[in-house]
Amino acid sequence: MLFFASYREAVGLGRMNVRLPIEATVSDLISELHSKGEKFTCLPDSVVVAVNHVYSEPATMLNDGDEVAFIPPVAGG
Amino acid sequence: MSFVAIVRQPINPSDILEHVGSEEDGANILFVGVVRNHNEGFPVKGVRYEAYEKMAKSVLEEIVMEARSQYGTDRIATVHRIGDLVIGDVSVAVAVSSHHREQSFLASRYIMEEIKKRLPVWKKECYLDGREDWTQGVTPGSPQLTEPE
Repeated sequence: MLFFASYREAVGLGRMNVRLPIEATVSDLISELHSKGEKFTCLPDSVVVAVNHVYSEPATMLNDGDEVAFIPPVAGG
Repeated sequence: MSFVAIVRQPINPSDILEHVGSEEDGANILFVGVVRNHNEGFPVKGVRYEAYEKMAKSVLEEIVMEARSQYGTDRIATVHRIGDLVIGDVSVAVAVSSHHREQSFLASRYIMEEIKKRLPVWKKECYLDGREDWTQGVTPGSPQLTEPE
């Protein structure tokens, strides 16, 4: 998992690995993080997630080795 | 013919313009976004851009492909800079050329609006008084309007 910008600063790290049950979804991953403690509460329930560089839905199923990125509101330009 | 890049070095706008243009085109447009010296009423000394670089490159390519398909020109170059920038530095440049001006105006506007909505890039404002704040930004996929700039 990757955390960027304000999420990286709030969580206190830019990258971490997590083990999930088979057929876990993005939504399951968010719930798992929220259960890990206060530092992950900066991630809203509706946090935007990209899986392998593509914006994904809560129901997107995760596979072994997927790169999941938590995307704060963007401000390019 | 499209050119897309996320770079750390300074952007020279005239270099970006050289990626577009052809003998069949009567219009060349260049949009340049620069770092301004204020934000929300407070003086700014610079900004820091951060990106999810692999994804930003692919999202930028996707945006340019959409512009090509909608506005009928493949002569498009788009570059976004990341890292520490000071006042007046170029943060983004979009060059488009087309047979007639309307296509270029519309394509460059579309690309900039989509960058604001979904390019995974973040900006931290560095104020003269020492404060540093992430710009509030836009949630990708939301109907939220971009700030007028």
